[in-house]
Amino acid sequence: MSVATLPDLATYALRLGDDSLVLSQRLGGWITNAPELEEDVALANIALDLLGQARTLLSYAGEVEGAGRDEDDLAYLRDERDFRNVALAELPNSNFAVTMARQLCFSTWQLALHQRLTSSADETLAGVAGKAVKEVSYHRDHATQWVLRLGDGTDESHRRMQSGLERVWPYVAELFTTDELEQRLASDGVAVDVSALRPEWDAHVDSVLQEATLTRPEGGPMLPAGGRRGIHTESFGFLLAEMQHLHRSHPGATW
Amino acid sequence: MDEFQTLVDADERIEPRDAMPEAYRRTLIRQIAQHAHSEIIGMQPEGNWISRAPSLRRKAILMAKVQDEAGHGLYLYGAAETLGVDRAELLDLLHEGKQRYSSIFNYPTLTWADMGAIGWLVDGAAIVNQVPICRCSYGPYARAMVRICKEESFHQRQGFEILHTLSRGTAAQHAMAQDAVDRWWWPSLMMFGPPDDQSPNSAQSMAWRIKRFSNDDLRQKFVDMTVPQAEVLGLTLPDPQIRWNAERGHHDFGDIDWSEFFAVLNGNGPCNAVRLERRRRAHEEGAWVREAATAYADKHRRVSSTAGAA
Repeated sequence: MSVATLPDLATYALRLGDDSLVLSQRLGGWITNAPELEEDVALANIALDLLGQARTLLSYAGEVEGAGRDEDDLAYLRDERDFRNVALAELPNSNFAVTMARQLCFSTWQLALHQRLTSSADETLAGVAGKAVKEVSYHRDHATQWVLRLGDGTDESHRRMQSGLERVWPYVAELFTTDELEQRLASDGVAVDVSALRPEWDAHVDSVLQEATLTRPEGGPMLPAGGRRGIHTESFGFLLAEMQHLHRSHPGATW
Repeated sequence: MDEFQTLVDADERIEPRDAMPEAYRRTLIRQIAQHAHSEIIGMQPEGNWISRAPSLRRKAILMAKVQDEAGHGLYLYGAAETLGVDRAELLDLLHEGKQRYSSIFNYPTLTWADMGAIGWLVDGAAIVNQVPICRCSYGPYARAMVRICKEESFHQRQGFEILHTLSRGTAAQHAMAQDAVDRWWWPSLMMFGPPDDQSPNSAQSMAWRIKRFSNDDLRQKFVDMTVPQAEVLGLTLPDPQIRWNAERGHHDFGDIDWSEFFAVLNGNGPCNAVRLERRRRAHEEGAWVREAATAYADKHRRVSSTAGAA
């Protein structure tokens, strides 16, 4: 079944679940490659939290859809065009500064989103959000501390951190782009209207950048932005190919 | 140092501030460092499959396991640091090839079933080796090991469960499981080290109660433990000579190819170069990050101490 025909609620759960799944997959790439052992542990922690969120949300999407698809069917058997994550989540790790810029932007947004989602009229989403708020507060804090250290560390780290921000900045606007589906669910008290999150996001990120002696990038949004519509970046197909190949090589097998 | 040996003989714990023979300290540093290095190099063969784990549940379990290994590395470097060395120094020795890590991690993980075989056999062998270290004469090492052993036995059950599922899955999955066991069995037996008559440092380590059982005794214990588990799994251990010997009360098993062991130990295993290169690269590429963290901490220490003075 194509994602286009899913009920609104299933699509919404899938969007949030895909954000967490795809970013978790990216962060997993740091394990054994981190700058110090404590960061192997911390990044694995964050990746695990995100994976936990993804599993609950994808399972819920499958349940709402009612066609018998479970978390693995949704994670492993959809193609690129059917993934609904924001493009920011899929950007390659590149170096530690890019990863931390991505993490600061994403976690700050995700925290604001989940704080509101805790009062969702949908009990499952409210429950996921309640747990996520605690996790993501830590993720945001972790990224904040690193952006401060790198921005206000050495000349080299400052330069790299600034360039990491420039790299991810074009993908920030999509985080705050709402659409009809989200508006319909928001008017029922189920979803959060992301366009309302920007002031809070700006306040946190601007204060971090200022303290870190970094400059807020000026570049406008990348157009057209399309992760939520299934229009992804070129690197995304490779992420899925790697993630899905083993599962797809053994149709119907149990692991 | 007779006083020292008396304490050890009485099964007292030696603590960091206690007097100890220099050779005891050196032996412990070398062993604990090697153990710590094994944990962090050992993250690589399993880390190799995180991105490809075949279900989200398995992905979460594997990621948590590799994270535990990083945690074990941290406790062990911490235990070594109580002996007056620091982690950075030990990592340099690893990166320069001057300290070793367990040779088992120089074998490649070629299929998903290797995640099962590593958990079942490699972690299983590690537990047999490490449980006696929980009573080691050096307190910080013994205590680190208690915590590590608990987590390892959890990992071992997870590995067993991966193989159990594969063995009872499709024909292709069963074959994958058998192939992994075929490749990991002999190297796992080698994890206990050379036979007793070729293990020169063992006697002193036994006298110091760093080591409590001989390599061959531990190896036998592992074989005896593993043979019935293989039957439960429905998998065959690749040694036709394995059979119960009622007279000895143990399983007999075939001869280990020690030339392979020494070749891998001396750098000629399939992944020696890759593992070390990956570790060095992560360290080198992370240098600017660590430098930034230090520079930032220095700046802010200065700022806060100035503020405190005012």
